[in-house]
Amino acid sequence: MEWLERNVPKVVLAPSFVAILVFVYGFIAWTAWISFTRSRLMPRYELDGVTQYQRLFDAPRWDVAMNNLFIFGGLFIVISMVIGLTLAIFLDQKIRAEGVLRTIYLYPMALSLIVTGTAWKWILNPGLGIQQAIRGWGFENFTFDWLIKPEMAIYTVVLAAVWQASGFVMALFLAGLRSVDTEIIRAAQVDGIPTHRIYSAIIIPTMAPIFLSAFIVLAHLAIKAFDLVIALTGGGPGYATDLPATYMYAMAFSRGDLGQAASSAMIMMMVIFAIVVPYLYSELRPRHDK
Amino acid sequence: MTSKTVLRWGLYGILILFALFYLMPLFVMLTTSLKSLEEIRTGSLLALPREITFAPWAEAWSTACAGTQCEGLRPFFWNSVLMAVPAVMISTIIGALNGYVFAQWRFRGANLFFAAILFGCFIPFQVVLLPMAQMLGLMGLAGTIPGLIFVHVIYGLGFTTLFFRNYYVTIPQELVRAAKVDGAGFFRIFWSIFLPISLPIITVSVIWQFTQIWNDFLFGVSFSGAGSQPVTVALNNIVNSTTGVKAYNVDMAAAIIAALPTLLVYVVAGKYFIRGLTAGSVKG
Repeated sequence: MEWLERNVPKVVLAPSFVAILVFVYGFIAWTAWISFTRSRLMPRYELDGVTQYQRLFDAPRWDVAMNNLFIFGGLFIVISMVIGLTLAIFLDQKIRAEGVLRTIYLYPMALSLIVTGTAWKWILNPGLGIQQAIRGWGFENFTFDWLIKPEMAIYTVVLAAVWQASGFVMALFLAGLRSVDTEIIRAAQVDGIPTHRIYSAIIIPTMAPIFLSAFIVLAHLAIKAFDLVIALTGGGPGYATDLPATYMYAMAFSRGDLGQAASSAMIMMMVIFAIVVPYLYSELRPRHDK
Repeated sequence: MTSKTVLRWGLYGILILFALFYLMPLFVMLTTSLKSLEEIRTGSLLALPREITFAPWAEAWSTACAGTQCEGLRPFFWNSVLMAVPAVMISTIIGALNGYVFAQWRFRGANLFFAAILFGCFIPFQVVLLPMAQMLGLMGLAGTIPGLIFVHVIYGLGFTTLFFRNYYVTIPQELVRAAKVDGAGFFRIFWSIFLPISLPIITVSVIWQFTQIWNDFLFGVSFSGAGSQPVTVALNNIVNSTTGVKAYNVDMAAAIIAALPTLLVYVVAGKYFIRGLTAGSVKG
């Protein structure tokens, strides 16, 4: 009884401990193991070296998926950051109705990516969508048919994802701008330093951690952007807009190729690790020093 | 006009232009959902409806076909409610207790465990998809709503724990020490000191979890069966249903219905929504 009394905190944590151990780390280990086997429809446990990874890297479809990840991820992150920072700086200029604008910029983040994909799929369809509407205004030759062009379709995914997440980046940056010491800014203003210099030389450099957070969140969203591709393009035309996430899903649930599914999932995880581990390390370190 | 006022006008112009960009899809969804198919075919995407009809909404809610099932979004909407409500409650309660331990009852190894939990927040779910499908089968929960609840609780724990831990860590440890001297135990201190001040962080956690779970598609499409699909999966099925004429107005009505609960939460409690988003990414 006394033992229980002393160890209540540990007992409370125990179920979560077991759950995380099994369902996160145990499952990762399982997937890792399967990725080194010849598993097809059913899991098999005899190890078979790196054949799955060789098959993966030889598959043209995986090549497209990885390329798309870098195109999509790169553009999505950069454009969202640029728009987010710009909007945050503009909103920071004592704007009337700031609250209303902020609400409008951020609401897409509350939507499911399936809803976003459905909406943009309708807007971007060349037959009755925005292309037709603008032609109706008299611009007969206006063309915006990225959705059905294999080499352009990935950019529609970028467009929809930026629409969804850039307002969130704005909110992050705005919070950062507001937390900069106003004394320093006032002193700079008194000295007659122009506003754009105050931003570029004083405010933005102090926001480095926020750039990092925004980057991490966006990179994370990009790697997981499965729902959006499914709803917007279905991975098509053909497999032109496949991402690693849709590749993994197709292998796992429609092709019945567990080995490929597991190895592609492992690659996805390694990409995330490469980004997140340094971040978490830097986040957690100062607390140890306390 | 001085150059300063010109600049000011330009500033407002750009801000309003962006507002239009963010609002446009919502506008298009809403107007499309209120038009007849005839009007959609002949009119412009950006035009207001000439004649407002609510028939697409009725169809989306109760008769639209998702795959072979033609009962509209309604049964799936309730699936999502039945899935989200318990999952949000359970993960928030566990998160609160975990956060309380991590913040106030530190023990050897707690930091390592906390890092392990935090790390779990960042894994791509693809890496647990296959074993989880096997596990749910073994547990007899494959294709059921309890199975989905289970999955959402497990993978929501990391964030809820993080929220509460970062909130409780700001409360001075002397308070707990003093309460202990007075003979109060672990749960008594939680109940009478921590819980009463927790309303803001409970709100953040509930809103975050609700938005995540309601909007989830990956777990829903991977682990649900014919009768247990959540609303996002059903929406995708309705939109990609190949039977009959493509009813864009019904698709849009269905999309809005699926989005309404989280939009409502955002409008009513936007402040807490933003706090959840930023708490997940910025050091607490």
